[in-house]
Amino acid sequence: MNDIEYLVGSGTISVQPLEPYSEEVCAFAAALSDALLRDSEARRYPDVMTFAFWCRKGNIAAKKAKWEKKKEKRLGRGLAFQIAPSNVPVSFAFTYMFALLSGNATIVRAPSKEYPQIAIICGEVNKLLEHYPEIKKRTMFVKYPANNEITEKFSMNADVRVIWGGDDTVTNIRRCASRPKCFDLVFADRYSICILDGRAVEQADEDKLKKLAENFYNDTYLMDQNACSSPQLILWKNASEEVKIRFWKAVFDFAKPKYYLQAASCVDKYTKLCQDAVDMRGLKNVVRFENLVYVLTLDRLPQDITSLRGDCGYFYEYDLNGYEELINVITEKVQTITYFGIHPEKLRDFLIQSHVRGIDRIVPVGKALDMDVIWDGYDIVEMMSRIIEVK
Amino acid sequence: MSEILERLCKISPYELNKAEKEKIYKEASSDLTRHHYQSCPEYREILDAIGYDINAYQEVEKQPMIPVRLFKEYDLLSVPRDNIVKIMTSSGTSGQKVSKIFLDKENTKNQTRILAEILSSYIGKQRLPLLILDTKLALQDRSMFSARGAGIVGFSTFGRDIVYALDENMNIDIPSVQAFVGKHQKERVLMFGYTYMIWQYVVGALRKAGEQIHIENGVLFHIGGWKKLKEQAVDTISYNKAIQEVLGNIKVHNYYGMAEQLGSVFVECEYGHMHCSNFSDIMIRRPEDFSVAEMRERGLIELVSLLPTSYPGHILLTEDEGEILGQDDCPCGRKGKYFKIHGRIKGAEIRGCSDTYERH
Repeated sequence: MNDIEYLVGSGTISVQPLEPYSEEVCAFAAALSDALLRDSEARRYPDVMTFAFWCRKGNIAAKKAKWEKKKEKRLGRGLAFQIAPSNVPVSFAFTYMFALLSGNATIVRAPSKEYPQIAIICGEVNKLLEHYPEIKKRTMFVKYPANNEITEKFSMNADVRVIWGGDDTVTNIRRCASRPKCFDLVFADRYSICILDGRAVEQADEDKLKKLAENFYNDTYLMDQNACSSPQLILWKNASEEVKIRFWKAVFDFAKPKYYLQAASCVDKYTKLCQDAVDMRGLKNVVRFENLVYVLTLDRLPQDITSLRGDCGYFYEYDLNGYEELINVITEKVQTITYFGIHPEKLRDFLIQSHVRGIDRIVPVGKALDMDVIWDGYDIVEMMSRIIEVK
Repeated sequence: MSEILERLCKISPYELNKAEKEKIYKEASSDLTRHHYQSCPEYREILDAIGYDINAYQEVEKQPMIPVRLFKEYDLLSVPRDNIVKIMTSSGTSGQKVSKIFLDKENTKNQTRILAEILSSYIGKQRLPLLILDTKLALQDRSMFSARGAGIVGFSTFGRDIVYALDENMNIDIPSVQAFVGKHQKERVLMFGYTYMIWQYVVGALRKAGEQIHIENGVLFHIGGWKKLKEQAVDTISYNKAIQEVLGNIKVHNYYGMAEQLGSVFVECEYGHMHCSNFSDIMIRRPEDFSVAEMRERGLIELVSLLPTSYPGHILLTEDEGEILGQDDCPCGRKGKYFKIHGRIKGAEIRGCSDTYERH
């Protein structure tokens, strides 16, 4: 147990629930937002800014207003033990806020990597907690190396566990004992795709195209294309070859001055291209803009599209003849569809009528990584709170 | 042996200048590329995917590179499997996949022949008494040749009265070594071993025991990674000095080569420069677009060898970084490019929500 490092809080924590969107929590969220937006160090990190912007007063108030329209009354579950993904610097902060907003005290296991974003956020949280005693009692951030004994110790006090991570992490953590009534909210490996309408891309003027490229960049390169909601496969509707090249060229032009492409990634991507060529057979004319953008054009979709997976700017594209083609390839693994130039409601209704097992989000290109209380098809605040029923 | 290799064997291995080499390589590597395209289906798929025009005669730098990792993923052959007489495996770190290199009779023969051409330019054609700074155990398991064992076997052909300096527990056998030195006091002796193993089990052990061996006229060839040595802040100069301190008057030659291109090795000259021989070439590629880097610009190492015919390994993209120091003008007098290796590139650090993501 000596391996535990306390970033915020110490060994004790309250297990007394609060009401969802309680006043103190909302005020704390707003104060944290203000503090981070003012922090010159924090301003250097776009992901910290995204988080700060998300928990600003107005945004939380809007969520609260929506929440209060619900008929049933709720309380938090008590104590949430949350395991943040280790390769994303700020997810731990989002998951922390989700627990508070749903009325829980929380122990958050932060990534063990030394991200500067973690130190910045913890610094501000520590300062603020002095003024928010109810939240101070309910906040603990820890770091520790892989250790099931520690995970089990925290699990045995938890009313809910929130587990973010790869399938292996999730499986491993769920093997650690927890209380009989404890339930796990699990965010495992997912796969995401993008649907672009070629005519819309063709009609976009240079400014609009540049904006589209920027949005696409933010969905993908910003997280090395390795977030669950970053698209791997691009499905084109009504697109000529010229339009596709126009789009990829715009992505390249936007990414070139921005993205730091590691030498090892260049070798990895080229190696993967060679492997795909061997495995898929018959690949032709792979689109390459330097080593930054690789695009493999498929003439058919494999049984399992989630096997089409690249990172750091390695994409697959395919001409979609109609949404019917999606039905067989959308498994429960598929999470997000980002779109440009299509009607999202029409697509949603089609998917519902087709009884597909996957797809939890249909969002415009540029919104793939936007975390929120609804994620992976759950309303997290609902899941982490309980109804007190009156009849 | 191909006509071009025959021709190159008739001249000294460091004789070709830039213009001569470019002319020969353009033709010879194009021929090899075509041969592999026609004979190795996997290679053909790759060239088709990247849209390479197989009908054009291209400069070697315009020809497609095969990333070394591919030899770990696939069995790549450009001859019928029945013709394979030896499968070379790389000595990957435990748990990693190993490269498999498929050699037919001709490739095996050529590797030995070309290695002899290159090394004899340093040590002459006479067989010298050979002290192997390794254990005999490295030779076992002959069914699958590991690069470590293969290096020893390859070197053994240049030596006689072979003695192994380490016992089966990797302890230095000082009496045997002393006996070897005593027996060949008046002669030039040849030594061979792996860079880090020599450091740990010979230099380290002798220093610890407070013993010294007094070889009067020796030449050592060693090969292998420098990663662990760099961690201990050991560079070429301190390495060579330490060798001389514990073993005596030794000329030390580090050399470089991949299990994927055995035979056409790169040897460090007396000025500390790695040299391409007539049988191989090096290019430095900028990672971001694989364009060819300038002289003295650091980048990814691409290696070209004229030997591989039974597997498509004549043009390799390695995972090492290096830089070219010069061409045709090394003070040692050898022609061709000479270069410096900076070691393995750092593995990519990838962000992402799946925290089990790991690179190879």
